[in-house]
Amino acid sequence: MNQSVLSVALFSGATAALAMLLALPLAVAVGWLLARRSFRGKPLLETVVMLPLVLPPVAIGLLLLQVLGRDRPLGRLFDAAGVEVVFTWKAVVLAMAVMSLPLMVLTIRAGIEQVDRRYEAMAATLGAGPFRVFSTITLPLARGSVLAGSLLGFARALGEFGATIVVAGGIPGQTQTLAVAIFNLTEAGREADASVLMFVSVAVAFAVLATANALLRKGRT
Amino acid sequence: MIALAFDLTVGQGEFSLQVRDDAEVQVLGLAGPSGAGKTTLLEALAGLRAATGTIRVGGRTLLDTAAGLDVPARHRRVGYVPQDALLFPHLTVRGNLEYGARDRQRVDAVAEMLEVANLLDRPTAGLSGGERQRVALGRALAAAPDLLLLDEPLGALDPARRDRILPYVLRARQALGVAMVWVTHDVQELRHAADRALVIDRGRVVHAGGVDGAVALLTARPGY
Repeated sequence: MNQSVLSVALFSGATAALAMLLALPLAVAVGWLLARRSFRGKPLLETVVMLPLVLPPVAIGLLLLQVLGRDRPLGRLFDAAGVEVVFTWKAVVLAMAVMSLPLMVLTIRAGIEQVDRRYEAMAATLGAGPFRVFSTITLPLARGSVLAGSLLGFARALGEFGATIVVAGGIPGQTQTLAVAIFNLTEAGREADASVLMFVSVAVAFAVLATANALLRKGRT
Repeated sequence: MIALAFDLTVGQGEFSLQVRDDAEVQVLGLAGPSGAGKTTLLEALAGLRAATGTIRVGGRTLLDTAAGLDVPARHRRVGYVPQDALLFPHLTVRGNLEYGARDRQRVDAVAEMLEVANLLDRPTAGLSGGERQRVALGRALAAAPDLLLLDEPLGALDPARRDRILPYVLRARQALGVAMVWVTHDVQELRHAADRALVIDRGRVVHAGGVDGAVALLTARPGY
């Protein structure tokens, strides 16, 4: 059991980290857009990005399954490249990334909104273009929120269940994450084993949330 | 001396700013009561606030709305030193000075001139008010602007420190020959630094011309 606990924990940690890294550039870009730009379709973008937060995760899983189906453009594209996504670890990462995105966008957007715009204006008078202003002023000044958002995204990915099980199946040894393993073990009546995994989840989530909160507090001072 | 000409309208309705001036200046002193629109005018000159009309600095047109021209702030070569310095808090003094600098030599020269060379590797958090203003002035000067906007650069300092900073600004004017628009309430500063003065009140020009006329106006109306 110890061996399998470790491998499930490592698999979950690795896929959650990859999901967080996959979602991060998009979360930063969308967070910045929502914090700093006015454009047509902004309310629509806000709504679409937040959908995974309110939709049943199983519905998101089903949506991903349909988008990635072999008769759909994206599915065909992966198929043509010889990349199998559905029911592999890649589907786990994708499901986790989609589910983590809203929390990351919310945190990063709030962080960017807290950056005094006058610093950005100052940088512009010193000759900096929009990308330089963003990369050398806005992003470094919002770094606490970006880190906190990443950690929250990681924690959310670690707890992901509904979307993952639909799009990746929860196959032991292949796509089984902590959350899925807890469910499978409970279903099989192995509550003691499930409890071990539950404690691992609680410990990791506690550490991650405490760090994220500390970062956010630091960002506010 | 630089030819500085602007004819600007900023905003509309309750508060609007309508100012114009056209002269050869080294330092244009800008005075007026709180809420007169001094900072608004500086922001419009720097390209940080939408305005209609024209701005010409030394033969370069920065704004001509009739012709559809509006040079963005980053291309205006107009430096800005706000009252609260606004040093980038995540960069060292050197990082701030080098941010918009054309070359390293200019950074060193400016740091030397403003006597901040010994602070270069310090974070900005621990600097005194006077040091912060000198670094903010240096940061703007290192970018080699055609025009420097000073928004009450000494306003946040107590009178004793103010007397110690003023010579640095005057030295910068002397050594680098940068033209300036200098917002001040202080008659002494105006006398020391400016060769022309603009006094505005509630968004309108009430005096444009000699410093003596502005000083007389400021002395007669203490609210200014």
